[in-house]
Amino acid sequence: MLELIHFNILSVLLFSVGLYGVLARKSAILIIMAIELMLNAVNINFIAAAAFKHGGGLFTNFDGHILTIFIITIAAAEVGLALALILRIFRNKSTVNVDQFDMMKL
Amino acid sequence: MNMHLVIFSVISAVLISCALGVVISRNIVHSALFLLFALISVAGIYLVLLTEFLAIVQLLIYGGAIVIVILFALMLTRNEEYPRIQNNKLWPIAGILSVLVLITLSVSYFQSDVIRNASTTISPAGVKSLGSSLFTTWAIPFELASLVLLVALIGAIVIARSDKGGN
Repeated sequence: MLELIHFNILSVLLFSVGLYGVLARKSAILIIMAIELMLNAVNINFIAAAAFKHGGGLFTNFDGHILTIFIITIAAAEVGLALALILRIFRNKSTVNVDQFDMMKL
Repeated sequence: MNMHLVIFSVISAVLISCALGVVISRNIVHSALFLLFALISVAGIYLVLLTEFLAIVQLLIYGGAIVIVILFALMLTRNEEYPRIQNNKLWPIAGILSVLVLITLSVSYFQSDVIRNASTTISPAGVKSLGSSLFTTWAIPFELASLVLLVALIGAIVIARSDKGGN
């Protein structure tokens, strides 16, 4: 029988994989991709919690879905801005390796 | 065995292996394609949760827009040192840290009251009630989200355009 805990464990697994990607990779674009994985883990968690909810309580039955819509919106805005920044830095430094993004070092 | 559970397990296996492919693959274009498949399987998970509207949104926004934008960024930032960008030297520590996060979060989920009090059946989210909730209770955040998208659009154009002006 499919229960809430299955979806929670799936989302925790996906979040950990994304976290590893953010910490271990050096290419800025790969870090953006890993952040997308983490955001999707959170979305799965929200929708599962909303779908397995009993009536009543502080939240209505659709709050999880609506928060997911907002997260998807913010993720789209975030990817657009982050990739614009990466393109800008690539134009100045000719690399996307985050170890060489040291312009603030004196 | 329950049919729902079988479908869920297959989609989860595809999702986790594609996610591992994103963070492990040596070739960055393969990573982007693995990301596409991972995002499509997340849409499958939404379908298992009877949320067909969000599954379509996921396919359109993530599969259609975000992966294409990432592929364009890959194309525009290509140079000769590209294949040689390796992992961080501290990657074993990153692995240990993610496993620790995995264990901590799983243990806290298994002990959580939310899990014990959860319903055992999935309640479907109809598009009609989702829409009426979005345009009544959540109307102001919805309008603010459009403002955020507009600011991000203008900001991305300003940051990414060339300094020279004209072309």
